[in-house]
Amino acid sequence: MTESTANLAAKLEERFSNELLNCIVDRNEVTLELAAEHLLSVCKVLRDDEQFAFAQLSDVCGVDYSAYGQSDWSTQDSTSTGFSRGRHGKDSPSDSSSNEAGQGFAVVYHLLSLTNNIRLRLRCHLSGEYPRIPSVTDIWSSADWFEREAFDLFGILFDGHPDLRRLLTDYGFIGHPFRKDFPLEGNVEVRYDPDKKRVVYQPVTITNRVLVPRVIRDDNRFFTPEEEQNDA
Amino acid sequence: MPEIRNMTMNFGPQHPAAHGVLRLILEMDGEVIERADPHIGLLHRGTEKLAESKPFNQSIGYMDRLDYVSMMCNEHAYVMAIEKLLGVTPPIRAQYIRVMFAEITRVLNHLMWLGAHGLDIGAMTIFLYCFREREDLMDCYEAVSGTRMHATYFRPGGVYRDLPSMMPKYEASKWHNQVEVDRLNENRQGSLLDFITSFTDRFPGCIDEYETLLTDNRIWKQRTVGIAEVSPERALQLGFTGPMLRGSGIEWDLRKKQPYDVYDQLDFDIPVGTNGDCYDRYLVRVEEMRQSNRIIQQCAEWLKQNPGPVMIDDHKLVPPRREEMKDDMESLIHHFKLFTEGYCVPKGEVYSAVEHPKGEFGIYLISDGANKPYRLKIRAPGFAHLASINEMVKGHMLADVVAVIGTQDIVFGEIDR
Repeated sequence: MTESTANLAAKLEERFSNELLNCIVDRNEVTLELAAEHLLSVCKVLRDDEQFAFAQLSDVCGVDYSAYGQSDWSTQDSTSTGFSRGRHGKDSPSDSSSNEAGQGFAVVYHLLSLTNNIRLRLRCHLSGEYPRIPSVTDIWSSADWFEREAFDLFGILFDGHPDLRRLLTDYGFIGHPFRKDFPLEGNVEVRYDPDKKRVVYQPVTITNRVLVPRVIRDDNRFFTPEEEQNDA
Repeated sequence: MPEIRNMTMNFGPQHPAAHGVLRLILEMDGEVIERADPHIGLLHRGTEKLAESKPFNQSIGYMDRLDYVSMMCNEHAYVMAIEKLLGVTPPIRAQYIRVMFAEITRVLNHLMWLGAHGLDIGAMTIFLYCFREREDLMDCYEAVSGTRMHATYFRPGGVYRDLPSMMPKYEASKWHNQVEVDRLNENRQGSLLDFITSFTDRFPGCIDEYETLLTDNRIWKQRTVGIAEVSPERALQLGFTGPMLRGSGIEWDLRKKQPYDVYDQLDFDIPVGTNGDCYDRYLVRVEEMRQSNRIIQQCAEWLKQNPGPVMIDDHKLVPPRREEMKDDMESLIHHFKLFTEGYCVPKGEVYSAVEHPKGEFGIYLISDGANKPYRLKIRAPGFAHLASINEMVKGHMLADVVAVIGTQDIVFGEIDR
């Protein structure tokens, strides 16, 4: 499949030279980055043009890139200050060297072409607290629930979606739980109130303990030759 | 003249035919469905968010609990995604073991589906027949991983341990005397592989039994033929995969088209339906069980002849053996680091999909170089199938909703995640 991915990338770059921001081939997978305003026109071509023929939309998902590349502690400091088990929150400032860091939200589409037996990933980076992006439900019907899910979990608004309601969270839920600033343990919990004789919501009484801190290590085994030259 | 209004009906979430916790709001015109609005999420646990807070290996157990009737297939997609990011390939024996258990899992899933689907639309006996065979396969799970359902057996770099050389046996108790126990233990005298071989010899006859009960059964056909027909074009549009897509006549199976592990070295066929109704999807799944049986047979044969490692030999990724740890400092350090911190996975993103018994089960994994996933997205096949329920049941009778839920093979563990 290696040849066909390179082939597909070349064809995409030629066809969408104006719209496309970036075309990455990594681990035998093609990723296309584009701006939200070109999304619908590009998707239509990807579905209908015979050289692409992406007849199926496998998946749509939101990604919150705001904490990309952040770790709970850096190992250089650990010998002098030590670190405690069950620590709360993050102490190291965000690592701004990574170009994805702090980019906000993105919507990622996975397309499948059955005739050409190949997959393609589309990514649109978005900005703002409640970012907007056109809905692709008119192009692929399967986008319906996937977009509702992304709206529910990330608060991404899909313009033109026929029925943008919450899907997975509770009736009357507040917030968008898969955002990085939403706490893992949530904001409210439910319990049975014997006085009121019904189930009530109350603020959470548990605190989150991080048992394994998130660390990023530079591993020599995964360095590419160019990166090594840059380091030297 | 009295005013006639449509009636809105609540189906589930606590209804045995809702296969878990599905709540359907049905708009009825008499007994005919005008609109169906599924409310899901009653089993939402936030698996994807939980995975972001744990080292990679600690989430394998969560994968079992997604689609809790095809446990190892979920693990398969997840460990393959990690392996793809790390760039490691498991040893060939591990790949055969994985494929064999993935197919055992497929049979487990289809047996559960067949029994439950039959029960839903009025066939009682089939349920008991299916669970008789499921029991043996559950024993295979138990023999290899120690648990009957949530195995956590597949690991990045191979499988947790090699197949046992002995099959556990029944013991006499006050419910089973020695004579009975001897009869039960008859095919458990050899290794696990001998037990599996004896199962695969017996199983095609069992499928024939199911088919005599259902395939030409007049009631079964009345309940399934022509119900919820889906055209191939709509099936693609709606994101159908697996037996739902093949039932509509599209020959698409990731095991053949994008083979992973050792599927390209095994001999099996893809069954395809013609009409895209519930009956065709039933036929496809039954034939899939026969094909899975063939694959299991081939794998067991190969595994008997080819011993070898089942895990890669890289202690940055897999723990060292217990004995090494006891007298080797380096192994002890490796063990400590792996179990306190885990391993870091290089930056990047992958989508790895397997042909899950229900369809295409995909894992989209983004890593920023840390010891935990940055984002994990689970593409559950049932999610896309259930999204289409409105289109499938429109114009059918209320009782057909149950047949459609059955034919979609819905499990809420994976839909709600």
